[in-house]
Amino acid sequence: MTIAKPVFYLLLVAFIIAAPLLFPNFGTQLATLWLMIIVALTWDMTGGQMGYNSLGNIFFYGTGMYVCAVIGIGIAYPIAEYTNAAGGGIYKFTDTQYFLGAILGIIGAGFFCSLCALIIGYFTFSLRGPYFAIGTLGVAIAAGELVSNWDWVGGGQGIALPVYPYDLDQGKLFFYYLFAVTGVVLFLFLKWMYKTRFGAAINAIRDDEEKAEAMGIHTLRYKLTTWSISAFFVGVAGGISAYQLIHFEPLETAYQTINLGIFMVVCVLLGGKGTLWGPIVGAILFQIFKEVTWNYLLGWQWVALGALIVVTVVYFQDGLMGWLKTTKPEWFGIRVEESSDGGAKA
Amino acid sequence: MDQILGNLGLLFEFPVVNLKIIIDGVMIGALFALAAYGLALVWGVMNVKNLAQGDFVIAGGYIAWWLTGLGVYPLLGVPLAFVLMWGLGWIIYKLVIARVIERDLFTSLLATFGIAIMMAQLLNLLFGSDTQSVNLGFETLFFFDGFVDVPIAKLIGVCMAAVLATCVIVFMKYSRMGQAIRATAQDARAARVLGIDTEKVYAFTFSLNAAICGAAGAIIVMVWVIQPFYGITYAIRAFVIVTAAGLGNLPGVIAAGLGIGALEQYGSHIFGIGYQQAIAVLLLLLVLVFRMIQQRRSRQVLK
Amino acid sequence: MLNTRTKLGILGALAGSLLFTGQSQAADCEPLVLGSAISLTGKYATNGVHAQNGYEFAIQKLDEAGGVKIGDKCYNFKVTYYDDESKGDRGATLAERLISQDKVQYMLGPYSSGLTKAIAPVTEKYKIPMVEAEGASRSLFNKGYKYLFAVLSTSEQYLASAVTLAAEMAEKEGKTASDVKIAIAVENDPFSLDIRAGVLEDAEKYGMQVVIDEKLPRDLSDMSAILTKVKLLKPDVLVVSGHSKGAATAVRQIGEMKISVPMVAITHCEAADVTGNFGEFANDILCSTQWAETLTYEDELFGTAANYETEFKAAYPEYAEKTVPYQVAQASAAVYVFADAFQRAGTLDKEAVRQAIAETELSTFYGDIKFSEAGNNIAKPMVLRQIQDGKYNVVAPSAFASHELNWPRK
Repeated sequence: MTIAKPVFYLLLVAFIIAAPLLFPNFGTQLATLWLMIIVALTWDMTGGQMGYNSLGNIFFYGTGMYVCAVIGIGIAYPIAEYTNAAGGGIYKFTDTQYFLGAILGIIGAGFFCSLCALIIGYFTFSLRGPYFAIGTLGVAIAAGELVSNWDWVGGGQGIALPVYPYDLDQGKLFFYYLFAVTGVVLFLFLKWMYKTRFGAAINAIRDDEEKAEAMGIHTLRYKLTTWSISAFFVGVAGGISAYQLIHFEPLETAYQTINLGIFMVVCVLLGGKGTLWGPIVGAILFQIFKEVTWNYLLGWQWVALGALIVVTVVYFQDGLMGWLKTTKPEWFGIRVEESSDGGAKA
Repeated sequence: MDQILGNLGLLFEFPVVNLKIIIDGVMIGALFALAAYGLALVWGVMNVKNLAQGDFVIAGGYIAWWLTGLGVYPLLGVPLAFVLMWGLGWIIYKLVIARVIERDLFTSLLATFGIAIMMAQLLNLLFGSDTQSVNLGFETLFFFDGFVDVPIAKLIGVCMAAVLATCVIVFMKYSRMGQAIRATAQDARAARVLGIDTEKVYAFTFSLNAAICGAAGAIIVMVWVIQPFYGITYAIRAFVIVTAAGLGNLPGVIAAGLGIGALEQYGSHIFGIGYQQAIAVLLLLLVLVFRMIQQRRSRQVLK
Repeated sequence: MLNTRTKLGILGALAGSLLFTGQSQAADCEPLVLGSAISLTGKYATNGVHAQNGYEFAIQKLDEAGGVKIGDKCYNFKVTYYDDESKGDRGATLAERLISQDKVQYMLGPYSSGLTKAIAPVTEKYKIPMVEAEGASRSLFNKGYKYLFAVLSTSEQYLASAVTLAAEMAEKEGKTASDVKIAIAVENDPFSLDIRAGVLEDAEKYGMQVVIDEKLPRDLSDMSAILTKVKLLKPDVLVVSGHSKGAATAVRQIGEMKISVPMVAITHCEAADVTGNFGEFANDILCSTQWAETLTYEDELFGTAANYETEFKAAYPEYAEKTVPYQVAQASAAVYVFADAFQRAGTLDKEAVRQAIAETELSTFYGDIKFSEAGNNIAKPMVLRQIQDGKYNVVAPSAFASHELNWPRK
């Protein structure tokens, strides 16, 4: 191993820590970028590495938001009273209530979503190909519709969380670092996991599930484990978002199927499916694209986004990392045998 | 809960409501079935899961609405939307779909999703986000003391849907192209070997799908309303129906369409109309689970 | 053509801003930037554009009047808009961007209670005064926000006078108020749910019976299932609330299905232009409104309410054939409140301006404006209009009524 790698990682960590201080005005956008990275990486766990293209991961995001909010509020007040539209009372949270609620809520969201993944996965993982995508999408849409009719959590009104009790710039940093720590932990975990036997097993499922099964891999167990880990991190990200956004409502924010639910897939495709860095690169590219079009193409942003999806899917199916891998294989440590005609093949 | 019981009670207290619900369900179901049939075609023939299905419907509706605004007789909007959407379908096929047919299953879902959000937003920019409808100016027939209302416009719409469906069935069965399409659906490779230009068949099938959707949209704009972002409603229904009925089973698609229309109406009567979308999606999940159990049974092997 | 309306709106706004730059140079006024995230696309787009037109019209009027004098300088308002796509999280992000990147110090509200709910925590965090004109839900005013001010009346008042009228009519018939049966159908969003809560409270007060209490479907395109139940259960009052789309669907289907209920009360009639779109289907429907051009309010800038309507129609010809929706008027009123507060504060200091807004006591073409501790306007009543032969006539409360109520409907 050369010296370049540790230096690269050190610089990266330094940049991650310093970024919100260097660009204080972009604190929220940077936090959102981490959110995109987290959801893209977790989507790639099942979509890229295991070959199960879920369109319903947004379910865990929305559920994470609601679980976190219910815990965060529930430790201080009864939920039904708090969410009642006509209730005229003003609800105050002490600092302890705020932070205890946030931490418990975020962790609780993660575990609850893991559990949900086990249950939903038990049913949906026997669906193959597009049916799995449609089935998971259905679960997410149905959940959003049902929550929006559930008065206990505020129904279509949504639910409001308390505001960060201290200085506002500090609050922005707080949420940025929460996201960043979650993202870094997830990245390190995946870096390790993809190298283990477990990683090899889920890749085997992607490449040929029947054969993997024949080789003695208990595929359902592997699929459920992968998805519930992935759901844990999405749930945590949802919980953090809930506290960051303060007020959210079920259909447009929590279970936002056609926004974030699809964005995460697009991120992964942009960067490259089934690679560790692909989703990260894709999330960064996508976030930049989104900020630019949403700012300068008022009204046309969705057209631009649709065009981006079509062009990516149709022409750059392997994503940026896939494209780099075929053109610059030496960057990835892939040794290339020079064939007689001079063309390089990875 | 009281509300649900009360609503159930209404069904028995006033039996005529059942008739009204079934009639409404069958009417809307007929149009769902049209969109679903187009989806079954492209799915079966070229293995493309078209998420933009609903937006084709809406686009057809806007074409008819726009033509009516220009002074065209409203009923003529249906054939005109059919023709124009045929052209649009062909363009989309050449630009995008032709390149995703051979790809893995997920690709077509995403590519057509991209098309769907582009179309919805373009319609919004062109026509604004207001709901629109075309008023045919026909009377409404009332039966049973006014409890059951059947607008003549709706009757005409359903009849046009039936005519369209019949034409498509006859076409698929007897025409040269129809036979080629069915052959390609069964085995594209064999069809190619036998001299069928599958590329042409694909282009034709996709354009035909767009045209059927367009005509359905033109009917919808006369009897209900359209809005740029309503596409998803029809797309979900189309997927439910096709998943329930299976591919290449036209009578099945029509039956499933009518059945789902009626089931939805019953569901929204009992649970409240606010659950309409949820009911449609839950039906989809039920169908999927049901299919899965069926498959499991047939896939049993030695343990 | 209807579909050119949006384009005309944009053109109108452009023309307005051109006019304004020309004059600002003449008057040597500096620009003063306000920010607003507004729904130009998505489900609230119709009303988002109404609100934007209201803002732009008021700004244009202020410029024509020689700008806003703050201290010894004069300023021209200029608004930076972003499209929130009718989505809460988008609105909150955009508010954040307006404040931290575009350095906006004062905000005008978005359209709808839901969006205002999403944006208010942000403006509150940054201590940015926001005068909003389109968020009426009471749940906005129980959070203890200090920088949020609303020029409009809160939503429980929208249909309160309709319930009172129903009670009066029942007594006139020789029945008691508790005999009245109410059917409610509302959209599943903060504003409409608050309308529902208000009606439920009033109904309970009179001991009325709520026989139908349902939510409209998400796309608001079909409520025939609810109307079928109306036919069966024969309520005395039908209440529908669902912004413009809900209003359009309700009026159309009530007409098509020949629903005869003695009293039908809905919101957002003018914004949906139900008289223009559905003609006689709309007759005898009660519409709650924040403002009516026939009311006798008046101020220096816009003149009378009637004058406002005339001038607005001249500036925005796409409204010529319609009744100007109150969403436009209240947006203009919000800009006027800002102008007034700046002039009284005499400085651009945020805190001083907030204080000045809180102390507002203003008579405007839109009605009197005075904010409570919580930030809502407590000086202006809601009025109830009935569509009589295609005209909007005020029928309640009695102090403002110009016409008799037509009852029962059909």
